Amino acid sequence: MNIALTHLQRLEAESIHIFREVAAAFAKPVMLYSVGKDSSVLMHLAMKAFYPAKPPFPFLHVDTTWKFREMIAFRDQMAQKLGFDLLVHVNEDGVRDNINPFVHGSNTHTHVMKTVALRQALDKYGFDAAFGGARRDEEKSRAKERIFSFRNAQHVWDPKNQRPEMWKIFNTRIASGESIRVFPLSNWTELDIWQYILQEEIPIVPLYFAKERPVVERDGMLILRDDERMQLRPGETVENRLVRFRTLGCYPLTGAIESDADTLEAIVGEMLTARTSERQGRLIDRDEAGSMEKKKREGYF
Amino acid sequence: MRHIMAKSLAPTDGVRDYLAAQEKKSLLRFLTCGSVDDGKSTLIGRLLSDTKQIFEDQLAALERDSRKHGTTGDDIDFALLVDGLEAEREQGITIDVAYRFFATPKRKFIVADTPGHEQYTRNMATGASTADLAIVLIDARQGVLRQTRRHSIIASLLGIRHVVLAVNKIDLVGFDKAVFERIIEDYRQFSHKLGFETIVPIPMSARYGDNVTSRSDKTDWYSGPTLIEHLETVSVDEAAVELPFRFPVQYVNRPNLDFRGFAGTIASGSVSQGDEVVVAKSGKSSRVKRIVAHGGDLNQAVAGQAITLVLDDEVEVSRGNMLVSPAARPQVADQFAANIVWFDEHALLPGRSYILRTETDQTSATVTDLKYRVNVNDFAHEAAKSLEMNEVGICNLSTRAPIAFDTFAENRTTGAFILIDRITNATVGAGMILHSLRRAENIHWQSLDVGKRGRADMKNQRSAVFWFTGLSGSGKSTIANLFEKKLFATGRHTYILDGDNVRHGLNRDLGFTDADRVENIRRVAEVARLMADAGLIVIVSFISPFSAERRMARELMADGEFVEVFVDTPFEECARRDPKGLYARALNGEIKNFTGVDSPYEAPENPEIHLKTLGKSAEEMVEALELWLNERDIAEDQYDNGGGI
Repeated sequence: MNIALTHLQRLEAESIHIFREVAAAFAKPVMLYSVGKDSSVLMHLAMKAFYPAKPPFPFLHVDTTWKFREMIAFRDQMAQKLGFDLLVHVNEDGVRDNINPFVHGSNTHTHVMKTVALRQALDKYGFDAAFGGARRDEEKSRAKERIFSFRNAQHVWDPKNQRPEMWKIFNTRIASGESIRVFPLSNWTELDIWQYILQEEIPIVPLYFAKERPVVERDGMLILRDDERMQLRPGETVENRLVRFRTLGCYPLTGAIESDADTLEAIVGEMLTARTSERQGRLIDRDEAGSMEKKKREGYF
Repeated sequence: MRHIMAKSLAPTDGVRDYLAAQEKKSLLRFLTCGSVDDGKSTLIGRLLSDTKQIFEDQLAALERDSRKHGTTGDDIDFALLVDGLEAEREQGITIDVAYRFFATPKRKFIVADTPGHEQYTRNMATGASTADLAIVLIDARQGVLRQTRRHSIIASLLGIRHVVLAVNKIDLVGFDKAVFERIIEDYRQFSHKLGFETIVPIPMSARYGDNVTSRSDKTDWYSGPTLIEHLETVSVDEAAVELPFRFPVQYVNRPNLDFRGFAGTIASGSVSQGDEVVVAKSGKSSRVKRIVAHGGDLNQAVAGQAITLVLDDEVEVSRGNMLVSPAARPQVADQFAANIVWFDEHALLPGRSYILRTETDQTSATVTDLKYRVNVNDFAHEAAKSLEMNEVGICNLSTRAPIAFDTFAENRTTGAFILIDRITNATVGAGMILHSLRRAENIHWQSLDVGKRGRADMKNQRSAVFWFTGLSGSGKSTIANLFEKKLFATGRHTYILDGDNVRHGLNRDLGFTDADRVENIRRVAEVARLMADAGLIVIVSFISPFSAERRMARELMADGEFVEVFVDTPFEECARRDPKGLYARALNGEIKNFTGVDSPYEAPENPEIHLKTLGKSAEEMVEALELWLNERDIAEDQYDNGGGI
């Protein structure tokens, strides 16, 4: 047999190790499920880590109520197919206040419907460890974060004072009310993710594949008009264009790219020649320099 | 809804061939280290840029940031690519390690960019712990500095065997060969003791790219490889698969009564179905029945794979234990020597109890002997009573329960541990095991026929340790004295261990530094334990200012035997009473390290008995103590008679 592990085998083993460590050391873990491609990989790894058992923790989706409809349908389908315990949390205060990314802007919307909602959900269930799908190659403050990332009782990340993280020996000790965010995909790159999806035949939301979709050009981005809540401004028109998404989030904040890549191979091929990063399609990262770090310190994933 | 699966796709495609080639590439994990301002982050920015890993939007952001925070005039400041934290960009320094990823046609790389400032050494160690090679940067104008040496020592201790000596900013010394050679000589002078297998010096300018990814025409006297050529070809194989089988059990997977699997990552060696394996701590042996994986059982698995093993019979194995090769077993001991790198601003104190964590095991541990501290400048072994932040030392450790381990030199996975503070939960140190201590193997507990219970029964009492803690002058001795008189009068057998008295004899070699205070308490706690074992009611009257040591004392005693008594008198009242005139002198600065004045007192959070002395008499305090003792004895007698079950 071939002794040397392949690159993907190493990454997979590292992630599985992390999953098991959390299951063994924490009383009440949860996996944050955001329905995107990284979440799909995370879910696949969780199924592998505990096979033949099911993952010994629930999956939590923080629903901002502005996700693409296809994401919600995919989420429910996966929960049924794999039989995991799916929790959905919505910030009802935000719903009552009619928080709307078109009206209140991406910053307020993300803070209320995502960051605050997440903190509400973690407090409500008393989770002491939460898995997220973030990767270090995504963004430069993420590149600085530990795999086991400590949060105080207010869910605050203190980037200047992170615990040393030596070898694969993780410090899982916390006081009551404190928690750890855990990132099993820390060392994966975007290319690794796609390669693994291809190799393992992992289902992903169809929005990643090119298709004719009704889009509006706004502020230099192509926004998919997913429902009637998106009102057209003067001069704007809805056009059917061949587009796909590199990342998925709230539809008003996620730009599509023009592409005819309708297979995984074509997506990877396109990515290999891409000249912009995947987060380029995310409106929330462009608000200001260091915006990701700021959000993370407030409790964003 | 359309459901896309890769299976449904055309199997032949250029992309698949490309990806197959990617899969065959090996991975090199390395770090950049060295002193502050030697250009570590700039070098990584240069590597990422020259290997085309920077996207257009990232470049645009970089240009914006360079104008705002840059330190390179109108040029792009590549350091801003890796200094991802706001505080780092504002201050122009690296605080924490950043991980970046890049690939060339020959290899994949994960690089850890680590901080040069001494105060962030722990973050450098974090980056080094998972690296196979270190690029040690040196500013050609500065030469070998203190941090160059410190980082080289830490890299060596953490098992790194390959070093690139990047003599950077060579443009600023006019591409001078003599400068380059003098630095190499200086480095070799001190590093020959560090056990590096390869040291490859390269003259370079990270800022302008000389000898980074392309050969510089300004250093025609240099014939070695460029940095990237060397990184692409250096062989760092550890061959963990060649070592004896080690499988630290991480998680017991038991979904139903019919399945009991031991999940973990193979630390070294390989395992096949049918192999005999031994449980490290018990020595019991069994056979591998199945190697379970998601896609179907495996016949064999090797180092690095995360698997689940099912054994032939129901041997007792839990998390923290290890399944190992019967022919080459790890050591199992509760005393061993280790190199320790200390991370915390509170110094390592011998005698203090910490949590020791290996990859899957956890127990409590104390440093029984700090043998010496290593001077990072000249490697001199210096006597030390404590290990301060960022210092390196060699220690003997004693754990509460035995752990299974190899030496770090034999196995980087099973020979390493971290130390955690019991109260703050901070990761305070990292350890690399050198060898077990022979005395752990040879000194066994002598079992005695007469037990503690028998000795206490003969005195018609139950053993107890009343541990009085409180400020100097709080009334500990007065209350303890009266308490003993009352007990004595009712026929109990007692003894008082008084702080001042013990310092005249057993502890007269100890002063009042933090390290000595810890040792002071450790000795007294051990004496109290022996006396409790003799069946006595022991009254310990010590300031004992640190909660860690009181906890250590508590853990030495049997359950229910240790009674923490907080003699709670406010500082102002103690200073007013000042029975020995000490407060007046301490407040004048004549006595150093005086508890409550310039040395802290950590009040107990959950003492068994809390005596608030203000406005109360010593008699009232003692009544509370007697009441507690009587209630405990009644409860224990009931338990013994079956009433408590």
